[in-house]
Amino acid sequence: MAKIQLNGRKLELNSKYSITALLKKYKINVKKTAVELNGRIINRNKYELIYIKNKDKIEIVHFIGGG
Amino acid sequence: MKKDIFKVGGQISKSRLIVGTGKYKNFKETAKAIKASGANIVTVAVRRVNILDKKKPLLTDYLNPKLIKYLPNTAGCFNADESLRTLRLAREMGGWKMVKLEVLGDKKTLYPDMIETLKATKVLVKEGFKVLVYCSDDPLLAKELEYLGASAVMPLASPIGSGQGIQNKINLSIIIRNAKVPIIVDAGIGTASDATIAMELGCDGVLVNSAIAKAKNPVLMAESFKNAVISGRQSFLSGRMKKLFNADASSPFKGLI
Repeated sequence: MAKIQLNGRKLELNSKYSITALLKKYKINVKKTAVELNGRIINRNKYELIYIKNKDKIEIVHFIGGG
Repeated sequence: MKKDIFKVGGQISKSRLIVGTGKYKNFKETAKAIKASGANIVTVAVRRVNILDKKKPLLTDYLNPKLIKYLPNTAGCFNADESLRTLRLAREMGGWKMVKLEVLGDKKTLYPDMIETLKATKVLVKEGFKVLVYCSDDPLLAKELEYLGASAVMPLASPIGSGQGIQNKINLSIIIRNAKVPIIVDAGIGTASDATIAMELGCDGVLVNSAIAKAKNPVLMAESFKNAVISGRQSFLSGRMKKLFNADASSPFKGLI
């Protein structure tokens, strides 16, 4: 089990999740977002290889309206 | 006459009007207004995905980034590091190299922190970004941004979202006269005539958000801005008449009965 922080929210993941699996769980479009793990931007090609660990801080961002 | 081309960040843009995508009632209205404005570059912000609301509509569903150029901004960033983080994430999202840097220094006036802006510009240029920089209307700092490699310098007309129009024509004129990169007036434009004035002063482009989004009829105002920018540019290229102190009759006195 991993206690993580996702977009500022504390969460507990019961099983092992790769970044790909995490995005799938929250129905997030891989192509329209970017992921930062513990302050480091993760290349899209590596999502499947990286697994979420305890205490990880994850930020998933996308574009919204702005000036 | 030579064809009038607007080139920014190494790319030709059909329109000299850049439009922001914030503050609209909904994405449908955003899309309609952008279409009416004729703009082919729009600014967008980078924010957290709402992980709880999976059905929330996305901007990209209404404005196709393949058809309209996204210009990611750093709105809400108050130092160089925050803005660098934001733009690196934006680049990761889809290879965006042309970006709008905006480092704020004060929450009330949203006036730019120029020390942090200069710092961030330097790093971004080094990392290969084409940086369009929101800045104060100080002619020396505008020139400094150009030296650092900014692709465009974007002085404010007045505070962001204030709609106060161009408050310092002299500074803006000095900046334009000294510049070798495009000068785009960003922030503070309140109505279409403000955009015309900016273009008549010799600006290369205008960036507008609130004046369109907060109009009673944003779609009509967007079209008005399209015309205003074209009109101002044509007026600038035409070269206005000299101002005279006294009257000069348009109908000849000769042959008067």
